[in-house]
Amino acid sequence: MAALLKANNIQKTFGHGKNAVHAVKGATFELEEGTITAVVGESGSGKSTLARLVLGLLPSTGGTLEFDGRDVTKLSFMESQRYWRDVQAVFQDPFSAFNQFFTVQRLLGRSMKLIEDKKEATERMHEALGHVGFEASDVLKKHPHELSGGQRQRIMIARALMMRPKLLLADEATSMLDASLRVNVLNVLRDLRDNLGTTVMIITHDIGQACYVAEQMLVMEKGDMVEQGSSKEVVFNPQHTYTKQLLADVPKLHGELGEMVH
Amino acid sequence: MSRLLEATNLNAAYLTPEGREVKAVDDVSLYIDEGEILGCAGESGCGKSTLGNVLALTARPPLYPISGRITIDGQTISLDRENKVPRTWRGEVVSMLPQGALNSLSPTARIRNLVGDVMKAHDAKMGKDEALDRARDRMKELGLPPRALDAYPHELSGGMKQRVITVISTLLNPKLLIADEPTSALDVSSQRALVEMLREMLNQGIMKGVIFVTHDLPLLKSISDRIAVMYAGQIVEVASAETIADNARHPYSTALLNAVLAPEPDTLVKRVEGIRGAPPSLAKPPSGCRFHPRCGLVMDICSAKQPAPVGTDLEFACCHWTAQHPDQVIRVEDVLARNDEVEE
Ligand SMILES: Nc1ncnc2c1ncn2[C@@H]1O[C@H](COP(=O)(O)OP(=O)(O)OP(=O)(O)O)[C@@H](O)[C@H]1O
Ligand SMILES: Nc1ncnc2c1ncn2[C@@H]1O[C@H](COP(=O)(O)OP(=O)(O)O)[C@@H](O)[C@H]1O
Ligand code: SF4
Ligand SMILES: [Mg+2]
Ligand SMILES: [Mg+2]
Repeated sequence: MAALLKANNIQKTFGHGKNAVHAVKGATFELEEGTITAVVGESGSGKSTLARLVLGLLPSTGGTLEFDGRDVTKLSFMESQRYWRDVQAVFQDPFSAFNQFFTVQRLLGRSMKLIEDKKEATERMHEALGHVGFEASDVLKKHPHELSGGQRQRIMIARALMMRPKLLLADEATSMLDASLRVNVLNVLRDLRDNLGTTVMIITHDIGQACYVAEQMLVMEKGDMVEQGSSKEVVFNPQHTYTKQLLADVPKLHGELGEMVH
Repeated sequence: MSRLLEATNLNAAYLTPEGREVKAVDDVSLYIDEGEILGCAGESGCGKSTLGNVLALTARPPLYPISGRITIDGQTISLDRENKVPRTWRGEVVSMLPQGALNSLSPTARIRNLVGDVMKAHDAKMGKDEALDRARDRMKELGLPPRALDAYPHELSGGMKQRVITVISTLLNPKLLIADEPTSALDVSSQRALVEMLREMLNQGIMKGVIFVTHDLPLLKSISDRIAVMYAGQIVEVASAETIADNARHPYSTALLNAVLAPEPDTLVKRVEGIRGAPPSLAKPPSGCRFHPRCGLVMDICSAKQPAPVGTDLEFACCHWTAQHPDQVIRVEDVLARNDEVEE
C-alpha cells in the first residue's frame, strides 16, 4: 500500500537564540493509506506541534511534508484551501468548540458552505452523522447543552467527515471522555478505517487507547521521534529506554502484572 | 483512624431558565478517613463535578445546595440555599482543583502573578516570597522547568498548565483537596509524578485527604484507597479500589470497568463495547434504580423500588440483583446483554 503522508525530517522551533524551544526536532515517518497511526509521548514532547505541522496550521522550520504525492511543505493560500479539505482535525475539548446558542444544524451548516452543491452538502451531512451513529432528524435541532460530551465529540467527528477527508487527525480527542464513550468513539474511528479506508492519525498519551485503534505507533520524547513501528512491536517489544519507561508507568487495572481476569 | 470528612444527605440542584429544579446531587452521603484518597468515577454528566462543588462550597448559580451537613476536620457546616461560606473554608479547609482549569488561566498574566493572586484572595498569612518559593519547589518536584514560573499560559503545553494549576490550588495546604480531572492532559509519567506529589503531601500531613475524579480508571485504581461510582446524581457503589476493579458489586461499575483499554496483547485484536445509551436526564430520572433502562440484569422490582445500600458507610452497593445474589459474581456479558435494544 502507498503512503498517504510522508514526513521527512520535519522540524519546528519556536522563538530564537537563547529562548528557542525545539518542539519538533526532525521527525521522519509515513502514514500508510487506510491505517491508523498513534503518536504517543509525554506532555510537552511535541505531539500537538507535530499535529499542527501535519495540518498545515504552523509553518515548519525545516524538513518536508509530502501528501498524496504532492509537496505540501509550503502552500500558497489557494493550495492550503484545497489541502484543508483533504485533511481534517478533531481536537481535545468537545466543550469549547461549540457556540452555546448554535444548534447542531447551524454548526454543521458552516462546514456545508464549503461544499458548492447544496444538495450534495445535505447528503453528506446526513451521511456523516450516520457514520458516527446519529439519526440526523434526532440531533440536528439540538443545542450543545442537550448533548453529552461523547455525543458532542461524535458531532465534531461528523463535521470533519463531511469534507470526506483522506486524513483525519484526532489530537487527544478522547481524553476527556469517560471510558464507555471513549471506546464508542474509538470504534467509530476503527469503522471509518475499515469501511471507508480513511487514514487516521491520533495523538494520545494513553497507550491502551493507542493499542486498541492503531496499527502503527510513533513515540515522541522531548521533540525527538525516538521509536516507531507496528503497535505490536512498540508495545510488546520496545527498544528505546524511553518507550520502556512510558510502558512501565502505565497504571494497571487488574493485579500487578496487568493480566485481564474475566 | 479518624474521620476527615463526614458528608450526610447532600442535595443540590441546578435551576433551569424555566425555573425548574434539576437535582444533580440526590441524597448523597460520603465519608473519608484521614490519609485517604477517595477516587470518584462515573460517565459524563453523572454529577461528579457537581458533587465536588457542593463539598468545596464553590457552587455558583445556577447550582444551589439545598440541604445536608458537611463536617471536615471537626468543622461543621449545614447546607442551605443561602450558601454562606466561612471565610477560611475555601482554599484552606477544602480546595477545589476544577475541571477545565486549563482553559481558565488568564492569558495575559504570568504564572508568578497567579501565585500572588491566590495569596491576595485568601488574605493568607504566608508572604509572597514564601509563596513563590513554595510554588517553585513544588513545580520542580513535578518536573516543570524553572521557566514555567515566568511563562505566560500559551507558552506551556496542556500538561504543563495542568501541573501549574495543581501547584497553585494546593498552595495553602488545604485539609481536603478535590481534584477534578487533574490529569487528563498528562502522559503517564507526569500523572505518576502528580499522584506521588499528592501522596507525599498526605504522608507529611500537609493535606489530610483527597477526592480524585478521573475517567482514567486504571489510574484511579492505582491511586485510590476506595472508589465511589456515581450514576445519575447518586453514589451507587463505594468499595476498595481492588474490589471495584476485580469484583464490583454494582452492574454499572462492572460495565464501566469493562470499557477500559489496557496495553495488553488482546487489546490489539478484540472489540470492546461501551454501555449503550446515555445516563438519564436528571430532570426526569427513571423510577426505582436509575440504571434500570440500560441494565441487562434488570428485574421487575428494579423499576419499582429504589435499591437500598447494602454494606457499611465505607463500602456499599445499591442494587437489587446483588442484594439477592450476594455470592454471585456479576458477568459483564449479562449486564451488556441489552446493548442491541437500548437506543443510542
Ligand atoms: N450550569 C448548569 N445548568 C444546568 N445543568 C447543569 C449545569 N452544569 C451541569 N449540569 C447538569 O448536571 C449534571 C451533572 O453534571 P456534572 O458536570 O457534575 O457531571 P460530571 O459527572 O462531572 O461529568 P464529566 O465527567 O463530563 O465532567 C448533568 O446532567 C449536567 O447536564
Ligand atoms: N506557540 C508556542 N510558543 C512557544 N512555545 C510553544 C508554543 N507551542 C508549544 N510550545 C512548546 O513546544 C513544546 C511542545 O509542545 P506541544 O507540542 O504542545 O506538546 P504535547 O502536545 O506533546 O504536549 C513545549 O515545550 C511547549 O511549551
Ligand atoms: S439489577 Fe436492578 S437494581 Fe441492580 S443495577 Fe440492574 S436495574 Fe439496577
Ligand atoms: Mg498536546
Ligand atoms: Mg466533571
